[in-house]
Amino acid sequence: MSFIVEHGPALAIAVPLMAAFATPLISRAGGRLRELWAVLCLAATLVIVVMLSMDVLSSGVRVYALGASIPSLTSPGGFPIRIVLEVDAMSAMMGLISVSIALLVCIYSTQYMKKYQGLDKFYALLLMITSAMLGLVFTGDLFNMFVFLELLSVSSGALVAFYMGRGEPAEAAFKYVIISATGALMVLLAVCFLYGQYNLLSIGALAGVMQFTFLDKIALVLLVSAFALKCGAVPLHMWVSDAYGEAPVPVTAVLVVVSQASLYALFRVSFTLYGAMATISVIGWAMIILGILSMFIGVTLAMMQRDIKRLMAYHAISQTGYMLLGVGVGLAVIGDVGALSSYGMTAIEGGLFHVINHAMYKGLLFLTAGAIIYRTGTRDLNKLGGLAHAMPVTTCFFIIGMLSIAGLPPFNGFSSKIMIYESVFMFSPVLSIIAILVSILTLASFVKVFQSAFLGPKRREYKDVKEVPVAMLIAMGILAFFIILFGLLPDLAVQWLIEPAAKALLNQLNYVGVIV
Amino acid sequence: MISLPFLAVMVIISIGLSAVIFRRNLVKIVMGTSIIASAINLFLVSLGYREGGVAPIFTGAPRLEMVLPTPQALTLTSIVIDLAVTAMMLSFAIIIYRHYGSLDSRKRRLRE
Repeated sequence: MSFIVEHGPALAIAVPLMAAFATPLISRAGGRLRELWAVLCLAATLVIVVMLSMDVLSSGVRVYALGASIPSLTSPGGFPIRIVLEVDAMSAMMGLISVSIALLVCIYSTQYMKKYQGLDKFYALLLMITSAMLGLVFTGDLFNMFVFLELLSVSSGALVAFYMGRGEPAEAAFKYVIISATGALMVLLAVCFLYGQYNLLSIGALAGVMQFTFLDKIALVLLVSAFALKCGAVPLHMWVSDAYGEAPVPVTAVLVVVSQASLYALFRVSFTLYGAMATISVIGWAMIILGILSMFIGVTLAMMQRDIKRLMAYHAISQTGYMLLGVGVGLAVIGDVGALSSYGMTAIEGGLFHVINHAMYKGLLFLTAGAIIYRTGTRDLNKLGGLAHAMPVTTCFFIIGMLSIAGLPPFNGFSSKIMIYESVFMFSPVLSIIAILVSILTLASFVKVFQSAFLGPKRREYKDVKEVPVAMLIAMGILAFFIILFGLLPDLAVQWLIEPAAKALLNQLNYVGVIV
Repeated sequence: MISLPFLAVMVIISIGLSAVIFRRNLVKIVMGTSIIASAINLFLVSLGYREGGVAPIFTGAPRLEMVLPTPQALTLTSIVIDLAVTAMMLSFAIIIYRHYGSLDSRKRRLRE
């Protein structure tokens, strides 16, 4: 047991990575075994991450120096040269949500993807995405952040183009990979700027010696814009609708968490690496502006979509805006102790809670869209109708997801949005009013989807449609359960996960202290 | 003082970026990202260069003060990653060409 916790950070990355490369071999023995293998490996990863998180939440930051005889020896001879994995409460929270969604998606895919060819590659890439996400959130090294970011874009780009029979998926994947590759190269350029000045790569050590020269500020701008691009904030949102729309449905649900892993990188860089900079509140304001733009433009673009997946993709952009707004307000007042304790902290907690909630209700909505596509074979809202007669359980799940994304009680979207509304209102009432307005528009847009897909008389062309298989229902049911749980008992999540994560972001000295 | 390699790096990066943004041919866009990657590799190598430094090979080094090989290690890693990404983007370009018979990015758009 203590072995798993001690080597947890490395194991959590290594297990899915090894499993990914073993998948093509195992699928020679049959499809059922391959699916069992993928689910089991992800479940094992989840167990490792849960054990690691429990240890991190009870006993503080855990570092792991790769290749060292003692894993905690990060600076042999007083010089931080080792490649370091560093897990604090924030990384643990992101790790938990990434693996859980990946596991549920894998269970869902065992049914959904059954009729397609090339599934050994599908599961291998799914495991690889998980590994890359965990690497991105656990790494304590800037260069590794770049490596995992590239691994993430390569593996998810390949999955976006999974349907090779048509041209559009390849087109979307080309766009996605070109944009991610250029963004990742800008990250590498920023890493070069920092390394050239301080001869350091470890985030903790760099944060300790950073002088905030002009070059450092250029590096910060490069990092922030690259990560904002990767998480799909307006005005860098052009790839989101294509990639989310054309990818297979299970992959889309994973892409939501992939975007949030880059959001994590954005928060990590601006809070931990540059947290001590006197003018960091400028970045907070930049996040607020990006957030407001994403919220409003995302939801207005969603209003006119006919394709159910593209519509949900635009809503994903809009919801990312809430996280940027919440955390941005916290970052904007980081220098002001009074404001930070009265509403800044709550704003950050709301933003981070929304990350978790968004991954769950957006995952659920995409999976219900998948259930519709699985049974009817179309994504066009104008061709759908009357599905509530044949698919009652899916309809219930869709209603849960819809009310949650619109921020209605008692679902989890409400618990995080109310934290954001309240704290942002104390910062600036106008911003809060925009956020509430966007929620109303979101509800309006989803009511349209609900009406055109589920309500109405039973259609003749869908008379053979029935409820989706049980594996898909299980995956959706677990998500729906947690949505209601976090809606009824938000304190459960806030107290155990969110508050430690927000504190970990704000107390950068904890992160720095274990390295130097 | 700005030294020549750094200036060259910035010029090459801007060439690559302009290719990514303004070119219409998919293969040329891929070439653009490849050019940016090479420029950054050049940047890393020139950062690691020390006048009169000793290569960090223990058995062949004349004295024990050697250059820290981190930039070289970073460059190697980034070359490998760039290779993988370029190969993948080119294979997407091939699929797109098979479906549409053209590599012009203006010829088709995903449905709005």
